[in-house]
Amino acid sequence: MTEISRDDVQRLAQLSSIALSDSELDALAPDITNILGYVDQLSAIDTGGVEPTYQVTELENVWRADEIDDYGINRDDLLALAPDSKDGQIKVPKVL
Amino acid sequence: MTTISDYIGKGARANVESALKKVRDNESYHALLSLTEARALERADAVDRGDITGRLAGVPFIVKDNFLAYGAPTTAASHMLAHFNAPLQATAVEKLEAAGAICIGKANLDAFAHGGSTENSAFGPTKNATDQTRVAGGSSGGSAVVTALDIVPFALGSDTGGSIRQPASFNGVVGVKPTYGTVSRYGVVAMASSTDTIGTFATNCADAELIMSIIAGRDSKDMTTLPDFFEPLDTVQPGLKIGLIKEFMTEDVDEDVRARVNGYIMKLRDAGHTVEDVSLPGVAHALAVYYIIVPAEISSNLARYDGIRYGHRAEGVTTLAQLYGKSRDEGFVTENKRRIIIGSFVLSSGYFDAYFAKAQKVRTLLIAEFDSLFEKYDMLIGPVTPTPAFALGENVDDPIKMYLADIMTVPASLAGLPAMSIPAGNTKSGLPVGVQLIGPRRSDAQLLALARSMETH
Repeated sequence: MTEISRDDVQRLAQLSSIALSDSELDALAPDITNILGYVDQLSAIDTGGVEPTYQVTELENVWRADEIDDYGINRDDLLALAPDSKDGQIKVPKVL
Repeated sequence: MTTISDYIGKGARANVESALKKVRDNESYHALLSLTEARALERADAVDRGDITGRLAGVPFIVKDNFLAYGAPTTAASHMLAHFNAPLQATAVEKLEAAGAICIGKANLDAFAHGGSTENSAFGPTKNATDQTRVAGGSSGGSAVVTALDIVPFALGSDTGGSIRQPASFNGVVGVKPTYGTVSRYGVVAMASSTDTIGTFATNCADAELIMSIIAGRDSKDMTTLPDFFEPLDTVQPGLKIGLIKEFMTEDVDEDVRARVNGYIMKLRDAGHTVEDVSLPGVAHALAVYYIIVPAEISSNLARYDGIRYGHRAEGVTTLAQLYGKSRDEGFVTENKRRIIIGSFVLSSGYFDAYFAKAQKVRTLLIAEFDSLFEKYDMLIGPVTPTPAFALGENVDDPIKMYLADIMTVPASLAGLPAMSIPAGNTKSGLPVGVQLIGPRRSDAQLLALARSMETH
């Protein structure tokens, strides 16, 4: 059975860009171990020669004309959603 | 309960005002997160002036708050989107408005639709329409409850693994999850893209059929929509062959639930249809497949919530990494984080083949089992859930127990099949029980025609 430690959760949280609190780190380690313990049942199933199913639409390569469609949404409406903006740009904290 | 026809030809303002009054009389259920009152009344007056017409002119409805709609924020029941005012409307909402219907509010859900009880809402749970000490089901709990309380004659929901069918069953209303790709998902907050579907709650099957016929159809804004196929049938095909999924009728399943399903089967036989036991052994593993694939897709879909372009941005951070980390920690509820982290794990290097690819192969086996049954049977039947609505708080500390409530609804989702929940009576203690019909892809009209015919049988 796959054991997920507190350090594993910390690493996965970093990969997922979530700054978990100590209490959530403590709680999620056993939760995730239990859930992976449950889904581990699949390892006993013989899937030799079976193709994976990634989607169920039966559609392939849906094409459209190469024309710009703004769907009726304008730049100002989208900028207005940003928590912070300046001079028509989204503003973020200093990166470097 | 009212039907859509009860609202047609009445004053639209009177319809909307009466629905808003019912909302206020039922606040204790916490079924709604916001009202779109000002916009609804404006549209009602436009209907009454004759400026807005259509098959649903003046009929009020409610949408799950993961549908982008004008007039109130679209929160997905999360702190992340608590103040998000949509710059566009979901295609399904646009189509209903084009038919004259009037959206009056946004219904509660598990945050980002992650859950089966509406207890994961960042704004508090919705209570069951029959018993306020019990859960509404989820994730579309609010939409089910507003329909069951007769606040509106129909409400939209989304169903990724049972999120329409399970709350429909828990509250005693009709819930339709169509064939994957039937209804455009444009403007609906994405959860798991390979199984997300849009459907409806209604008080009766004819209304559900009418709403599906309006919202179904290919949409150039959602490349996964199927070419138009949904056409309601005037009459049900006589002598349908129906398979009862025996794995769903074991002694682990609540006795009253089995009794109600068996009661519905007797009615089907009386109506001239054949019902036989069939085996679908793959359902034993469907939940494990679902809880690998869905978290994987969630971890990808929820990566967009970064605190930069829209949504919650944390205060008091100095670096970009802190901004992402703290915004996402504050904006998501624990269940969102649990699923994102499981998704990151099953997709990570070294585990991808053992978990994600393995699950997709077992999914193929499940689909093959369904396909082979549909060579002999027109549709399948069984319960929607193993138990009636459970008590508030009963499963919140045990994620696996909570996930098990989805065990009978996830198989159809993984295979992209149409399925619906139909009220089948109550338990001895008075809790609603639903029966589930599952059909081959694109058989939506046949399921609805059968269910409709049984209402009057």
